[in-house]
Order: sequence, then structure tokens, then C-alpha cells
Amino acid sequence: MSALLQQPGYEEERLQTVSKKLPCREVQAGMLLSLMGQPHQYSYPSIFIYGHQSSGKSHVLNVLLKELELPHATVSFVECVSVALLFEQVLLSFFGCDAASLLPRSPSLSDFVRIYRQQSSQSPAKQTRYIVMEKAELLRDSDANLLPALLRLQELVEDNVTVILLSEIVWDRFRPNTGCFEPLLLHFPDYSKGELQHILAQDRNPSYSDEFYSAYINILLGVFYSVCRDLRELRHLAALNFSKFCEPLAEGKVKETDTHKLWRNIEPHLKKAMQTVYLREVSSLQWEQMQQMEEKENGAVRGLSAHTHVELPYYSKFLLIAAYLASFNPARTDKRFFVKHHGKIKKTNFLKKNEKTSNHLLGPKPFPLDRLLAIFYSVVDSRVAPTASIFSQISSLVTLQLLTQVSHGDQIDAPKYKCAVSMDFICAISRTVNFEIIKYLYDFL
Amino acid sequence: MSTSSVSKGCFVFKPSAKKKKTLSLEDHFIHGCEGADESKTRFNQCQDLWDQIKTDTELLQDELNTKILDSLLDFTRKCSSTRQHNDWASHMRASEIPTAALVLGVNVPDHDMTFQSLSELLRQSVTPHVASVQAKECGALKHLIKRVLERLLGTDVTVDDDEEEETEQTSAPLHKSVHCSLSTLCDWYTMNTKKSYSLTPGKKRSSPVKDDLQQPPIVIIFKDLEAFNARVLQDFILICSRYIERLPLMFIFGIATSPSTIQHMLPHSVSSLLCIELFQSLSCTQHLATVIDKLILTTHFPFKLNGKVMQVLISIFLYHDFSVRNFIKGVQLALLEHFHSQPLSVLCCRKKEALLNVMQLGHQDLERIRQLPSFKRYVEKQEPQEQEHLLTDDTHLKEVCRRLIKDLRKYHKHYYPTLRCLHTLTSSLPRYPLGKQIRELHLICLEKNVWENEEYQSAMKLLKMMAKDELISLLKKCAEILQHSKSKNMKSALLLLEAMLAKFKQLDTVVAEPPPPAEESITSPVKNLQKKMDLFQLQKALLEMNESRRSKKLSPFEVLRNEALQFIDSLVQSHLSPPESQTLYEVCYYSSSATVRRHLNAAPRTSIQAALNSPFYYLQNDRLKSEDGSVSNAAPDICIVYKLHLECGRLINLFDWLEAFATVVSAAEGNDPDSDSFGKVDDVKHARFIRAVSELEFLGFIKSTKQKTDHVARITWGGC
Repeated sequence: MSALLQQPGYEEERLQTVSKKLPCREVQAGMLLSLMGQPHQYSYPSIFIYGHQSSGKSHVLNVLLKELELPHATVSFVECVSVALLFEQVLLSFFGCDAASLLPRSPSLSDFVRIYRQQSSQSPAKQTRYIVMEKAELLRDSDANLLPALLRLQELVEDNVTVILLSEIVWDRFRPNTGCFEPLLLHFPDYSKGELQHILAQDRNPSYSDEFYSAYINILLGVFYSVCRDLRELRHLAALNFSKFCEPLAEGKVKETDTHKLWRNIEPHLKKAMQTVYLREVSSLQWEQMQQMEEKENGAVRGLSAHTHVELPYYSKFLLIAAYLASFNPARTDKRFFVKHHGKIKKTNFLKKNEKTSNHLLGPKPFPLDRLLAIFYSVVDSRVAPTASIFSQISSLVTLQLLTQVSHGDQIDAPKYKCAVSMDFICAISRTVNFEIIKYLYDFL
Repeated sequence: MSTSSVSKGCFVFKPSAKKKKTLSLEDHFIHGCEGADESKTRFNQCQDLWDQIKTDTELLQDELNTKILDSLLDFTRKCSSTRQHNDWASHMRASEIPTAALVLGVNVPDHDMTFQSLSELLRQSVTPHVASVQAKECGALKHLIKRVLERLLGTDVTVDDDEEEETEQTSAPLHKSVHCSLSTLCDWYTMNTKKSYSLTPGKKRSSPVKDDLQQPPIVIIFKDLEAFNARVLQDFILICSRYIERLPLMFIFGIATSPSTIQHMLPHSVSSLLCIELFQSLSCTQHLATVIDKLILTTHFPFKLNGKVMQVLISIFLYHDFSVRNFIKGVQLALLEHFHSQPLSVLCCRKKEALLNVMQLGHQDLERIRQLPSFKRYVEKQEPQEQEHLLTDDTHLKEVCRRLIKDLRKYHKHYYPTLRCLHTLTSSLPRYPLGKQIRELHLICLEKNVWENEEYQSAMKLLKMMAKDELISLLKKCAEILQHSKSKNMKSALLLLEAMLAKFKQLDTVVAEPPPPAEESITSPVKNLQKKMDLFQLQKALLEMNESRRSKKLSPFEVLRNEALQFIDSLVQSHLSPPESQTLYEVCYYSSSATVRRHLNAAPRTSIQAALNSPFYYLQNDRLKSEDGSVSNAAPDICIVYKLHLECGRLINLFDWLEAFATVVSAAEGNDPDSDSFGKVDDVKHARFIRAVSELEFLGFIKSTKQKTDHVARITWGGC
């Protein structure tokens, strides 16, 4: 790989440190540099960079702009709860606080452009100014005129400014209906396994040798590469498990070079890490504590998903059961299940082929409140008065997200709900109240 | 205040100064109170008792929460301290936001108290920066950030496109309002920590924790995680994670269902930014058990609930809300009602005061005592001469009352230890004949004589089959319970029990006896036991075995066991009689379960139906009274319309309905049934009908239907 970036107008040394800081991203960095041109030259108005999570987009830009000391404003769009924040941050980093305070309350785009022009006429750009927008995909949810305006901001403010949009999705999903200025597209591909290995091996522990650490990284990637390519996450995992890897070394059992034995020692451990700490079943702190504990006690810490049991009041359980039945049984079968003397219902008529077995695959269906209550009164074994607390239990089940309200909240006339719990969950619930739910489910008839 | 003017117009009445005086709690209490003379004392007693109950329950709550809160505090401290390490591993690790997932159970009303004490504790011992947010105030991301900033900074925060900001404008120069972003928070934090550090580092705080507190964490509590909008939460976490290097943030998630909610709400890309640790709080049933133990099953409070009220409160808890707070509210309601409605509740206080109050009772109150059913029963048991005395001589009655009050207290002193003893003995029996929880046993005992209960008999039978070690350990526990009691009776019972335990011990030393000769006869049923049989048969066989063994010859252990159980039985029979059997129990026991139920578990639909079916009940107009449950034709229009609609099927023809209505109303007007105009629909009747029907629709009894144009559909059916 041609290790050195070259671009006239920048100091040679600086470019060298930049390329050192950007391992495996030299191509992209070089491309960007040539797009940016020399500092005083006008650059292309807008550049759109896309690539998966942690493929080095922000990192490359930050390093470039910081190391080359170019005037820039970096804004993450997720933070901009209102556009005012975006404008303010841009003005702040280009022209200082005074300019930012000129913005009126709830500024519009034209306010921003006006103030920008006013300020840039006072202090015109000697170098290209860069506005970097992270999480640009959120731009689509904001005002319709914002994205097109940002794309040709250079024209609007008549200043040497370039907008760089960073996103995880492709440009095609951005393009507004009305058309807009097309930015230059630049793709950051994922790091390959070799590249990951190269990057991760760079931050080795100072007390161990290079080879030892890169052997460790090799083992780690062997386990995790298939599930995770996020650099940040891999680095985190490497840090968490390294002490365990060094354990036999500290005890003096093996030498640094005995990779096979080290692998034998660490591999089950890493597999376990994949099921627990990687999924955030246990916290990193707990994971470290577990490592220090003896093997026997390890079972003590249970993950998040191990606690699925939910205690509910008696009637809430039945309400939930009724909701489940209403969601997964066709309404026309209610008579068969809940009316004592339902008369004859022809079996062929009753069991329609296409309806059979498909209800659980199709997911829960919405049902009106009346139906829920009708089923509730027939499944609960004692007579229940329709008190206020029964109704409030329904709404508290909704806030607990065990039910979801389908109709709009405004519609108080005939609200509709869906049951949002799984089959296992409802079976566990009905077991506690001695209710055989399987007998009442159309799919299992 | 009236206007003598005949002209139309608006008249302004200024409220007079007198009316402005707001009624105090006491006035509310005394108003409409029975036996107004001592209502003041009763109010004070009630207030005192409630204060005591409140402080006790709060203490209890704190005690119960200490464990989980302590571990949470530890967690926060640990998190804030690990942040400052500077070795290789912590440098390499992705900085996650420490997050405590606090599983609190579905009893949402109780959570407030927990969070309150949690944030107080955090403020005291870990960090001054604590903000707690609720889902309902954070519909959008900016509102969430705004709330967090407001609570941390203590100032107004502007969200630019907010409408309600206009009012803030005036105070803007004073409180410089700040921008709604986390960078503001960041600046504020660095300024704040620097200031406090340079001024007086740890002057206010105790020195050992000073080191941690150079960078006190910022704790954000999400009270109800489930109710949050997942999108908002994700974005917020994303933003926070951008600042985690500069801002030691920390989250606490209050979870009502199960911790897997976190995984449902947050995708891996977001949850990988968190370092989640789980904390499980005490289950609410355990909580209730302790509250009942400390609040109800004690002689500490003179006020008691009778069986039915207890039943109502417990079933509201178990069936409806799982909320301990609501349970205590229910107790409070019962307390208020008792002191409000029962004039004799003056005597419901501590022994000394009660005895004093007896002496101060007026003639009217004494008459009330004579009217009490329990007192009447007592009088009937006395000699005729004594009866005479009791009914006529006030001073004598007072003396007797003092004695009776003392007796009632003694009864309570015996009741609770005995109840606990019986519970320890029976709570571990198979299939729990007398209940697993002590509250169930308490309910049985409140209702009737427990020893006449079938379950009690079967429990006793099971106890008679108990092995030696088990029995001895249970009896030891009973002895421990009795030790706490100070009354004479209980002490003598304790002595007896200890003597029995000693005898059991002696058995151990003399165990070298020759094996019992009954061996052979026992073996045959034992052989029977090897066959397959269900639980019932097994029990029967065992009983038979027992019987046969007893008929043969009892071993010394068996003799002793029977003796011990007889002793327990006698204890139960003498002390566990229901409170209704005690004279003057009405003074202490609140018994109106219907009132409690009506207040705590309201049935809006039933009351609407009651109003429509029998308007007399609410309007108190004699003309509306009718015997056979039918509505008189003078009833309000809506009642008539309602009554008529009950006779229809699913679809109601509006015209027929109108005709019927007109007929009924004409009859009410006293028109001659034979005249032409009878039952004719005129404009007024038509309008009245339309109004009544739309009212009925508003109440949700009918709705318009598209099936037939001039019809409406009925929605409700049956009795409810």
C-alpha cells in the first residue's frame, strides 16, 4: 500500500501523522484529500459519505480536519432536537459566540443564511470551511427544505464552505421527490478481517510483546468475527478478556509462544462471553467480577433475559389471557369456546383449512374492548363486578406494554387493542391460575 | 344576596369575607359526624393514630428498601470510581454508560416512594446531581432533554419552538435561560465541579468519600421505562454516549415487568453503549406480609379491622393492583370512617386514655353502649339483679366498662402470640390446610371459631403424624414467640411448653429402650404402602396405621406428642375466638366492608344503572318510589327511555320507541286515556325524546348503526 498521502498545499509531516493515524483507510483519506483540494481552493459543495457502523467515517474526517487544522464544525444530527442547535453550533465554531447569539429565537433557514453571509463578509474564508454532519439519515425527518439547502449551501452563502454528510444508508434513500443538487458520493467499505486484525493489534498492552498480543487478537477475531465487525465493540471485548488470556502466563504454566495452549484456555471463555457480555446480558463490570471468581460460583450471575417471570394481580392475569385469546382466535369461534350450550357447529364449517394453524404465524390481531371484556367474564371463574379498577388494569397493562392500543388514543369510544406477549409467557401466566389456555386456542384444536 | 332588579343583566357578586375562610380538616371531620360532643377528641385520636401508622409504615418501607438501595448506591460509587482508573484496560474499554436496571414489580403506585427515597439517598451520599423523569412528560426527545436539564440545573430551559415560552420572556433577564442541549449541561458541569473543587473541596461532605466526589456522577432516573417511547430513549442514549467522556452520566431504569424489556426496547447498537446491571427489589406480596405483620397483627394500634374489611382490602390487593400503598390508604379510610361514624370510638385508644375516657362518658354515650349487640349479649348472661344494675346505674356501668376494656386488651394480647404459634405449626404442613400466609389464618380466625373448622381438624391430624425433630423445632419456634409476650397467661403457657420441650429432650437420653413390640403389626400396613396409591389413599392408610398403632400401645414419644398438641389445642380454644365474641368489640373494630368497597373499588356502570333503574335512590323524591321495581312514569325522561329500551332486542326502531315514550309521558301528565291527543307525539315530547336518546348514547347504552337507517343498536345486555 502506498503509505503516504500526497496533496499539495499541506505540510508533509502533517500528512505523515495523518496516515499513521488512519490505518487501512489510506485510500479513502487520499480520495477525500484530493476532493478537498488545496486549503484556499473552493471545494465541491457537498460530499456524501456512507458506510456501515464503525467503518471509520467520522474518525477519518476528524483526524483529517484536526491534524491539518482546517476550519470545521462537526455536528451530530441526533443531538439537534431543533434546527436552531445546528445553526448555532455551526456559527459558533466558525465565527465565535457573538455570531451565534445573533440568531433569533426559533430561527429559520433564511435567518441562518442571512447571519452567515453577514459574518462571512466581515471575515471571508481564507481556507475552505467544512461542516460535518454525522447521522445524516435523521435529516430526512426534519424540515423538507433543510437537506436541499445544505447540499448547495456554498451557493446560498457565497462562501468557501463544504458540507460533508455522514450516513449509514445509501444516497438513494435520501433523494427528495422534488429533486436536488447531487452531492459527490463516497463509500467506506467494511474493514476486512485482516484489516481488523491490523488495527486491533496496534493498541497492545505495554507489558506484553507485540506477537503475543496479535496472537490474542487472532484468537479473538476467530471467535467473534462471524457475529461482530464493530471495531469499537471488538476493542472493548479484547480489553475485557485479555486478563483471562494472560492468566496461565502469570501462573507460569505456559510460555508466551505456546499459542495452542493459550487458545485452549481462552476459547470456551470467549464463547461464553459471546453469549453473555456481548449481548449485554451481564454488564462488563459483572463480567470482570465473574472472571475473578471461581468457576463454581459462576452460575450465580444470571443474565437479563433469564428473568422473564412477571408477577401480576389475579384479574390482570385473566385480562391478559382474555386478550391473548381475543388476539389469536377468530372472532366467529368465540361462541364455540365461551358459550356453554352453543348448539351444533359443523366441524367442517368450523375448522376452515386456511385459518387453521396460521393464526400464530400471522401474529396478534386487534380486538375491541367489548370482546376482551366478554371473554374475560367468561374465563374468570368467579363473578366479577365491572368496577373501575378492572378498566384501569387494562390501561396499566397497556403502559406495561403487555397490551398495545391499536386505535388512536383520542378514540375513547371503542378502543382496540392487541396482545403483545408471547405464547410461552401466556402459558406460564395461565399455569399460575390453573387455566388451560391450550384448550381455548383455535390453532391447537 | 339577591337582586331586586327586574331588568335582565349581569350582576357581579363579590364573595363575602366570611365565606372565604377555608374549612380545616377538623371541620370537615366534625361536619356530619355522629355524636358531635366528643368529635374533637375523636378527631385528634384519629389524627394521632394515623400519624403513628404513617411513620411506622414509612420506616418499614425504608427498612425493606435498604438492601436494594444499598447495593444500588454501591454500584453508583463503584462506577464513578472505576471511571478514574488510568490503566491500559480501562483506557481500551469502550466507555459505557453505567446503567442500573431496577426491577420493581407491577405495583406502579408504590414506586414513587422507592424512587423518592432512592434519590434522597443518592443526593446525600453520592452526588448532588440527580434528575428523575417520567414517561408522560417526555413525549419527544427535546422534552426529555429539557426536563433533565431543568432538574439538574434548576433553571428554565428553552426549546426553541415551544409555544408556552411567552410567559418566561419577562423573567428571562433574571434566570438566564439556556439552550436545550447536552453541551450546555457539559459546560455547566465542568464549571460547577471546578468551582466546588477550588473553593472548598469536600467541606460539606465527609472526608472518606471525598476522593470519589471530585467527579460526582450525574444520575438520571427513568421512573417507568416501559412507558417511554423507544425511539426517544434510543436517541437520548446515543446523545449521552457522545458526552460520556466528559460527563460522568449514569442511568437508573425503573422496570415494572421484566428486564428483558430493555432488550425489546433497545437494539443492540444502542444497548451496547450501556453497562447494564440488574437489581431486583422485594416482591410486593412479601412487602404486604411485613406490613400486615407490623401494622395489623400487633397490639400496638388499638384500631382493628374486622374479617370482612380485611378481606376486601386484601382482595383488592391480590386481585387488582398489588399496591401496598393502596392497602395502607384503605386502612386509612377505614380508620377515618370508624372514628367518624362510631361515637364510641373515643374508647379506641391506649389503655390509660381509654380508661380515663370511660369515666368521662356522658349519659347518651352510656345508652349507646347499652345498645351495642355485644353488650346486650353480655348483659343477658348476668344475674337478673346485675342486669338491672347495668341497665340503670351509670356509675356501675362505667366500672364494668373499664373492666371490659381491660378484658378486650387482654384478649388482643393473647390473640396475636397464639395466632403466630398456630401459624408456625401449620404453615409448613403439606397442602397448607390453614393457609401459607399468616394473613389467611388471621382471616379464618376473625370469621369464626377456628377450632370448629374442618381444615383445622385436618391440620391437627397432620400434626399428629409429625416426626420428632420437626415437631421439636416447631415447638421451639413457638416458645420463642411466646417469650416476647408479657402477659401472665402467655408466660405460664411458655413455662408449660418449655417443660414439654424438656421432656422431649429426656426422651432422647432414655432412647435406649428395647424396640417396641408393636413392630410386626406395623409392618403389614407398611407393606401396603409400597403399592401405588394416590395422595388421598396414602393419607387414609397412614391414618389407619396411626390408629392401629395408638390402639396397640403408644410409644412415650407419641404420648408426649399428643400431650403437646392437646396443649396447643387448648391454647387455641381459649385465645383464638373471633373478636365478635368479645364484649365491646365494636369500639375497636371497624366492620363496614360495603363502605370500604364502595370507596376503593368503585363501580361506575352499576351506579349509572342504579340511577336509571331507580331514580328515587338518587333524587329522593317520593313520587318516584315504586314497589315492583318498575319505573314510575313521572321519572326523568332518560329513565323512561332506558326502561323502554330494556324491552327491545339488538336493534331498536326509533319510531316505535318514540311512540312508547309518548304514551308513557302522556300518562304521567294525567291526560285522559280515551281522548284523541293521548299518546300523540307533539314537538315538546319529540324534543324530550331526542334529548333522552342522545343522553343514553352518551352514556354508552346505544349506538347508531348502519344496518338499518331508522334504528339504533343496543350495546349492553344482562344485569350489569
